Amino acid sequence: MLGGLYALFATGLSLVFGVMRLVNLAHGDLIVLASFLSLVIVDNVGWNPFTTLVLVIPLMAALGFALQYLLLNYTLDSGLAPILATFGLSVIIQNALLEQFSADQQRLHVGSIETDSIRITSEISIGWFSLIMFLVAVLLLVGLQLLIRRTRLGRSLRATSDDQRTAQLVGIDNRTLYAVAMAISLVTAAIAGVFLGVYTNFDASSGPARLIFGFEAVIIGGLGSLWGTLAGGIVLGVSQAIGAEISIGWGDLAGNLVFLAILLVRPRGLFPGPEPE
Amino acid sequence: MGALLEVENVSCFYGDFQALFDVSIEVGEGETVAIIGANGAGKSTLLASVAGLLRAASGQVRFDGALVGQMPAYRRVAAGIALVPEGRRIFPSLTVEENLRIGGHRRRRGPWGLREIYELFPALDVLSGRWGGTLSGGEQQMCAIGRALMGNPRLILLDELSLGLAPKVIKAIYATIGVISQQGTTVVLVEQDIGQALAAADRAYCLLEGHVSLHGPTAELTREHVVAAYFGVR
Amino acid sequence: MSTHGAMAPTVAVVRRTWTSAVAAVALACILGVLVTVPWWASQGLQRDFVEFFTLLTMAQMWNLLAGYAGLVSIGQQAFIGIGGYSLYMLGDRGGVHPFGAVVLGGLVAAAISIPAAALAFRLRGGYFAIGTWVIAEVLALLTLNGTDFGLDLGGGVGVTIYSAALLDRGLRAHGTYWLALGAGAGAVLVAYALLCSRVGLALTAIRDDETAARSLGVNVLRTKVLVWIVAAFGCGVAGGVWFLNLVRVDPAAAYTVNWTAYMIFIVVIGGIGTIEGPIVGTIVFFVLQQELANYGVWYLIILGSVAVLVAVFVRGGIWGVVERRFGLNLFPVQRRVRIDPR
Repeated sequence: MLGGLYALFATGLSLVFGVMRLVNLAHGDLIVLASFLSLVIVDNVGWNPFTTLVLVIPLMAALGFALQYLLLNYTLDSGLAPILATFGLSVIIQNALLEQFSADQQRLHVGSIETDSIRITSEISIGWFSLIMFLVAVLLLVGLQLLIRRTRLGRSLRATSDDQRTAQLVGIDNRTLYAVAMAISLVTAAIAGVFLGVYTNFDASSGPARLIFGFEAVIIGGLGSLWGTLAGGIVLGVSQAIGAEISIGWGDLAGNLVFLAILLVRPRGLFPGPEPE
Repeated sequence: MGALLEVENVSCFYGDFQALFDVSIEVGEGETVAIIGANGAGKSTLLASVAGLLRAASGQVRFDGALVGQMPAYRRVAAGIALVPEGRRIFPSLTVEENLRIGGHRRRRGPWGLREIYELFPALDVLSGRWGGTLSGGEQQMCAIGRALMGNPRLILLDELSLGLAPKVIKAIYATIGVISQQGTTVVLVEQDIGQALAAADRAYCLLEGHVSLHGPTAELTREHVVAAYFGVR
Repeated sequence: MSTHGAMAPTVAVVRRTWTSAVAAVALACILGVLVTVPWWASQGLQRDFVEFFTLLTMAQMWNLLAGYAGLVSIGQQAFIGIGGYSLYMLGDRGGVHPFGAVVLGGLVAAAISIPAAALAFRLRGGYFAIGTWVIAEVLALLTLNGTDFGLDLGGGVGVTIYSAALLDRGLRAHGTYWLALGAGAGAVLVAYALLCSRVGLALTAIRDDETAARSLGVNVLRTKVLVWIVAAFGCGVAGGVWFLNLVRVDPAAAYTVNWTAYMIFIVVIGGIGTIEGPIVGTIVFFVLQQELANYGVWYLIILGSVAVLVAVFVRGGIWGVVERRFGLNLFPVQRRVRIDPR
């Protein structure tokens, strides 16, 4: 069930990669940042974590826009610079969070729905919350798919990711478009962050794990296909669950090993979309 | 009397390589001007600098009297300049109709809309749902021109229209250029195929290794002149 | 003019400049002084030097990978950790002398880097970077859960390297220092030698335009793998030295991504794609570390911010600026054609 959420991490990552060939190494930390933002609002205003999304989403979107427009847009001419810059950002965010919130584990609480579950059979029960998370993730993926296929903005995104020079020739302003794409990516990160913060503990250094899960979901599922990413997320989630069943410490390891195995055997992923340029 | 497009003493570089040396051309509103020259003469570079894909290292580009040299390409589209690039560059992730629609991204007012484009190129109407990457050369060319027209430009720049196309297709496309020109749009054609270009144009410039080697009304240019200017024979 | 025909001017391919000749002499002197350090410096200073040279080694390796082969790895900590744990395994369990184990650890790292390459090289660019990180994480997890596989590496608590601890204090300090100096100087020299060789030409071609290089017959993959293996060796040795100094190793210290953070900061700020850059960068890093030691976490935030800004806006780092302004080249890699007219 966690697969849906992993797919969500992955979507933000691959959206940005698809449009501007940028791998945002700080994506995981931005997700954690969103969790913390929510926490701050909850602690100070007493809202339900889901309600905080009303604030967290616009904040993250604005952050994404500014980040891209003011900084990352200047890295796009180089293969090296974006990786270095986003890695640096990752370190900065992690340490800033550490400074602000110390290394304590945190959690967002929404009441009993966290632990309620539905019995499917006498052996298997699914947490209500996990189910909701999955559904939200699917909904969001559908929403994004619609955005990309049906709207004017989506058209511009596709065109720019195909051929950014020619896109300029039809009047598309690259720099603003990239900033919008990053903003959308951070919106997915915001939602992912809040949901994940309810589902499990988090702290200042949880970012890299999120990044790695998102990345593995993309690669397992296959670059270039949104539904492939969902499948990838599910495969990853299931692998981790099985691993954890065998022995607690093995959850992450199992996921990583499955990822490596797929990388070895089917490097283009399980459901590769059209080969990106 | 200002011409619609004035390129004054423009020099362009690709890194250390100089592609244009102090090139000046002038295009009046409503004219059709051809720019001919061999491969590497600088024709595409010239168009790129007018369209905004390349910044001139020196010199000015004036459009309708205003200096546009510093304007990024996407703003020049809004100002009324459209480039149909070499190789057509249709967006493969968009359908034919989406490719056309995105041409109208800047929403300039004018005679060209989806319906008018389909009238001009009936074949596109049939293909409207196909993905951009599946079109043939001629279909791509029609789509690319249609895409540029959707922006209702005052000046349309056509880079190597006939490249890779069958003669029959080339003829058909040049016929439509005539229609476009009749609507009042200013046309600048870059071509290696001298015959078609000169037949379609009012005036012509010939470029040789980054310099203007010949220019004048097409009616007055003799074959000898052109050949000499094209190949650099003294 | 002689009737034998004017002789064609002789042409020589030359690399030295007078600045580099001066620099070479100066560096040789510095090296000479550095060798004598254990005999007159305090323990504290020696340890500082060990840290300095270890970081320098890692930085040079990372620079080779990213600045020349175009391989941005954020998983080099995998090899650092392997170096550390190999030291333990070979030293304590294998009975090898710790000093030798350090070098062997590098070879172990190099060996493991080959299957790692088989996996990582299936990815490109930013995804390659994350892939290397995953490999490092996997190694960390395997080490952590080692007992489940029948390999007791001390789990999360780590192990003490008794073979090192039991050495005579003075000998260990001296030996560690000289190993570190050897690694650091070796890294610089190996990098320089590599770049002056045909491999270096291939690398520069790849860096400029990979497709063009391939079409000229450069075996891009083999060149990259070669650099990858060399870098793994270097990091393995550096890791071995570091943990020899510390006398104990645990997964968190061995496989932390902080190693990569330091490497990146050093190389980016010092100047990527040059040999002088990492040297300058390590010096800057060290100075900053001393100055900002009291600020705790802010130190990393500041360092990170500087690195990001330099990576985006001052691409060549400090040495890049120096090189542009003064045309200085202490380790000249460029070949110049000198024509002597006769």
